[in-house]
Amino acid sequence: MTTSAPSLVDHLDILEAHAIFIIREVVAECERPVLLFSGGKDSAVLLHLAVKAFAPQKLPFPVMHVDTGHNFPEVIAYRDERVATLGLRLEVASVQEAIDKGRVPDPGPLGMRNRLQTVALLDGIARHKFDAAFGGARRDEDKARAKERVLSFRDKFGQWDPKAQRPELWQLYQGRVNAGENLRAFPLSDWTELDIWNYIKRENVPLPTIYFAHERPVIKRDGMWLAVGEFVHPEPGEVVERHLVRFRTVGDATCTGAVRSAAENIDAIINEISVTNVSERGATRADDRFSETAMEDRKREGYF
Amino acid sequence: MSESTTDLLRFATIGSVDDGKSTLIGRLLVDTRQLFDDQLEAVAHASAKRGVGDLDLSFVTDGLRAEREQGITIDVAYRYAATPTRKFVIADCPGHVQYTRNMATGASTADVALVVLDATTGLKEQTRRHLCIAALLGVRYVIVAANKMDLAQWSQSTYNAVVSQMNDVGTRLGFSDTVVIPVSALRGDNVVERGFEASWYSGPTVLQALEEAPAGLWANSEAGARLPIQWVLRQHGGGRTYAGMVTGSHFSVGDAVTLLPSGVTATITGINGPRGSMTSAVPGLSVDLDIDQDTDAGRGDLLATAPLPTVTDEFEATLCWFSDRPLTPNSRLRLKHTTRSTPVRVNTISGTLDVETLTVTPTDQLVTNDIGLVSLLTADPIVVDDYRANRVTGSFILIDEVTNATVAAGMIGHASFI
Ligand SMILES: Nc1nc2c(ncn2[C@@H]2O[C@H](COP(=O)(O)OP(=O)(O)O)[C@@H](O)[C@H]2O)c(=O)[nH]1
Repeated sequence: MTTSAPSLVDHLDILEAHAIFIIREVVAECERPVLLFSGGKDSAVLLHLAVKAFAPQKLPFPVMHVDTGHNFPEVIAYRDERVATLGLRLEVASVQEAIDKGRVPDPGPLGMRNRLQTVALLDGIARHKFDAAFGGARRDEDKARAKERVLSFRDKFGQWDPKAQRPELWQLYQGRVNAGENLRAFPLSDWTELDIWNYIKRENVPLPTIYFAHERPVIKRDGMWLAVGEFVHPEPGEVVERHLVRFRTVGDATCTGAVRSAAENIDAIINEISVTNVSERGATRADDRFSETAMEDRKREGYF
Repeated sequence: MSESTTDLLRFATIGSVDDGKSTLIGRLLVDTRQLFDDQLEAVAHASAKRGVGDLDLSFVTDGLRAEREQGITIDVAYRYAATPTRKFVIADCPGHVQYTRNMATGASTADVALVVLDATTGLKEQTRRHLCIAALLGVRYVIVAANKMDLAQWSQSTYNAVVSQMNDVGTRLGFSDTVVIPVSALRGDNVVERGFEASWYSGPTVLQALEEAPAGLWANSEAGARLPIQWVLRQHGGGRTYAGMVTGSHFSVGDAVTLLPSGVTATITGINGPRGSMTSAVPGLSVDLDIDQDTDAGRGDLLATAPLPTVTDEFEATLCWFSDRPLTPNSRLRLKHTTRSTPVRVNTISGTLDVETLTVTPTDQLVTNDIGLVSLLTADPIVVDDYRANRVTGSFILIDEVTNATVAAGMIGHASFI
């Protein structure tokens, strides 16, 4: 009865299929999943995959934005457009609220807030009793992430114990947790930055405009180009310059650096990434540059 | 794992402590230019801080604080490399016996094992152990880097000794093919760049061997197609389709399928893939199937084409036991198999496998890191294939019902060498 063997698929098809499989497993096994949506390219791809996994049904779980309060306006506009177009339920876990409630020390209006995200995230998870949170993290981003399971178990304090991870064999993702514990699920674990861009191109995944080259005022701080705006003001001695730039990641506006680039479209970006010498985090994230194990330490405390 | 593609290869790296595995992976990544300047700088910085020279390549892979401090590898690190012909997913596995669970995690999805051994000392017990576990987990193709050949003055007889040791092991464990390559990971000879010291060697470099290794070994057009149902999708207009990942062989529209365990037969009337409707779906794809029968099928059921899998509640299996508490007969646990989970009881434990001699010693309990032969009884029937025939429908894990810890990995049936 079977017809002749169908043609082979390529590695993007396999990565896509695997991610969809993981998303369906977690949603089937957990009671209250949520998708962490930052508006960055990885979470844009993750959302795209989650929508596919359940089409034509609506996404059977909400998305949560961990909001540092230091946003690029383009990213918030993008977030709201996605939520409206796809009919999503949006929860916001606010760092500002955590500061206002005295849950975390106030680093000042222009201080870096990425570390404070952990508290807002854990509060958000507890408030909504989420037992699984999808994140767009990839293993090629950082040496601690390279060691993390696809389903990463977190204890009652949201902590990751890298020395006692659950064995994770085959595609048997094991999502059982007791009350108060939760999981982080990383369906994009095996994707690289280049895979993400090639997939965005293939699928026409919409992105915030700041990923594409545009001219804006920037200052050089700690070797990074920061966009001058509501939360980044030049300090004495810092010179405001105008350059053609784009962002390789999206995070807190006070510590996410831009790269000088003329890449205005996806093909140009893919070309640029194929020959670049600097990693995504190295180029653009001040928060991971402080110590050799910065990411591991933050994950232990409950970060994504 | 059971994918129908040749442009993605998953391989696991195994080897005994200090044989040079981390250095080899570091070399592979550096010489294929997978590392960015700032990552290389960070490695150089870490090397200098610990007074271990300019660039200790092994720091490229060891990522956790405890690992750097103790100089050992605890858990699998996943690395990615791409050449113009292939994307590689590398599971860099730890060597110590107490981290066998992590090694098994890395090897369970691998098509190929890359074995690093110190040619000057030969095959060590730990490497034999890992080769045995890799073989149990279904790895059939092995690439061996006979490392530190610079210390052996590139002696052909040293290399030949490794080849004969490996042939011996390979025959016993049933590997389909074993390629042995003389290398110096430290200097880079025959890893990515060809070395000129071993003029007598004309085989592939490590990278060439990886580019030529067979991928997607588990897709088998002779086997039946299986779709363990993950989720039932409600379609516009009221119909339902069954979503899951294809394994074994491919499904085509018009195929006769059997829904198991119920045994209802039906015909596939439609296949939806991530890019729309399709006429057939190969292993490794996530799809949803439409059939011409109205059934109450749900998560945990399975759609299959002939030859059909077995519906059973009592079966023999090979277990890798991970827990610190021993496993004894009559223990009650939870079993997760494909998308179904059910209570399970241990009927009998018949023996443990000595991974050195491949002999089975009778026993009535399993302790941490034991490989045991057991018979299990499940509360609900499960739909299985022998692990050698299908890695997805042939595998399961056992879960502690109180702590929810994953305490064992199991394979239906047992390997031919047991
Ligand atoms: N002479 C020589 N030394 C090597 C070679 N490969 C690794 N080493 C050294 O062997 C030691 C152990 O290497 P490492 O990669 O950490 O081993 P692992 O424990 O298997 O990951 C280190 O001191 C390396 O520099 C090689 O090809 N030649």
